[in-house]
Amino acid sequence: MKNATQNTTFDVHKIREDFPILHRKVNGKPLVYFDNAATSQTPLQVIEKITNYYSTYNANIHRGVHQLSQEATDRYEEARQTIQQHFNAKHAHEIIFTSGTTHSINLVAHGFGSILKKGDVILVSALEHHSNIVPWQMLCEKTEAILKVIPMTELGELDMNQFDALLKLNPKLVFVNHISNALGTINPIKIIIEKSHNVGAAVLIDGAQACPHIKPDVQELDVDFYVTSAHKMCGPTGVGMLYAKEYWLEKLPPYQGGGEMISEVTFEKTTYAGLPHKFEAGTPNICGGIAFGAAVDYMNAIGFENIAAYENELLEYATAQLSAIEGLKIYGSSKQKTSVISFNIENIHAYDIGTIIDKLGIAIRTGQHCTQPIMDFYGISGTARASFAFYNTKQEIDRLVEALKKAILMLS
Amino acid sequence: MKIETIQNELIDEFSMFEDWMERYEYMIELGKSLPLINSKYKTDENIIKGCQSKVWLHSEFENDKVIFSADSDAIITKGIVAILVRVFSNQSPQAILSANTNFIDAIGLKEHLSPTRANGLVSMIKQIKMYALAYQTQQ
Repeated sequence: MKNATQNTTFDVHKIREDFPILHRKVNGKPLVYFDNAATSQTPLQVIEKITNYYSTYNANIHRGVHQLSQEATDRYEEARQTIQQHFNAKHAHEIIFTSGTTHSINLVAHGFGSILKKGDVILVSALEHHSNIVPWQMLCEKTEAILKVIPMTELGELDMNQFDALLKLNPKLVFVNHISNALGTINPIKIIIEKSHNVGAAVLIDGAQACPHIKPDVQELDVDFYVTSAHKMCGPTGVGMLYAKEYWLEKLPPYQGGGEMISEVTFEKTTYAGLPHKFEAGTPNICGGIAFGAAVDYMNAIGFENIAAYENELLEYATAQLSAIEGLKIYGSSKQKTSVISFNIENIHAYDIGTIIDKLGIAIRTGQHCTQPIMDFYGISGTARASFAFYNTKQEIDRLVEALKKAILMLS
Repeated sequence: MKIETIQNELIDEFSMFEDWMERYEYMIELGKSLPLINSKYKTDENIIKGCQSKVWLHSEFENDKVIFSADSDAIITKGIVAILVRVFSNQSPQAILSANTNFIDAIGLKEHLSPTRANGLVSMIKQIKMYALAYQTQQ
């Protein structure tokens, strides 16, 4: 299916009715929300799940004997199964609820603190978010492992020849994002995983930017760790997940100590609970987990093929419209790309653009997007970034173009 | 001129504008008319942290007055910088330290005081007051 509009099940106007926030005004103008790569908006189906949780069965889970606790536990574990099925994990206990992608990465990095030895090499890609760089730098400080960088090319793609060369160093661990948050590049993770496994390296994929657009199959990918956040895919903030192969979850030590994660506690010795609880210390974000499940259900009901096809249409349209603006330069022009456009306009600071178009009701992101190495690569201080979701429209892109033209008039 | 007088002047000037576009256009004009900072002061040490755009702020102390010069790579931020320089430059440390900043609200730029704005207006004012404090203790 190349064209979503041919599919009668995808009706963007109907979808927009699910998102109350899209109907508000900002600075007196109808909101155009193009900051989806930072966080997505939440449909009524998810909002109602949250309201329903707090209105009818809010309780602590897993140990309560009473009815509410039972209901909350059931819903929470059902959400885990929903997420398991979505990502096609082999077992539900391979899905660990976390507070989000950053938490998930830190959990894995902490675990490798007891596995890596001095001089071991680990590989990071040049396209990473700071969240997928800093925890590994901290790990290297602790273990004296060596962090090497897979470089990027002008198109905003990973340099796969350099990657092959780096594999000769026999890395123990490789971590790459599925999709770059700053540029939208879709990385060839299947090949990266396969090649890394050939030299015995484990692979962590940061899927925060991919999950709103793609339905990853962790078994097909054969990935060791896959991490994401609910709030990028129509869920609430403060909840996310770590998928890890059972082998790794058995092998890695717990990240945090506390309730929920123990089997027996005496002052002499504590034994840890089985999976997934070993990694879920303390009362979890119960409502968040349940709402995460609802968000996954919501997106699946629309269908990821429909979403991808429609967003691709938006991307092509926006790329053509924006490219026609004089002096506008787009960063990241990989053929494999999701609906993100990072750009600058000649002699105008991205911050100024963002400020003016906000006055016209349009929300975009400006700055470094937590990817300073990418900005350094292009020799720029930042970009303006418009990121589109399946609930955006071409009319909204027209409004962006119109607003940018107005901003250029004011700012030059 | 006293700080309060300058602030009232600004309030008067901005009160002539009917909408945000005119206010922003005037702010951009102010930014463009900001005297150039000596390029030797555009150092990393003079960059104010907490701004999405770069802001350089340099101070000197002459005849018991603090002289500020500044620049920014973003034009709206530069306008804000120009307003602050106009209000606070060439004043005594005591006057700077005791000045309030209510005028920012009065000229319709309150939104820039929000920490989420990332333009560093709050950091700029803090830095200006820090310089004043340092010169005051030198006196």
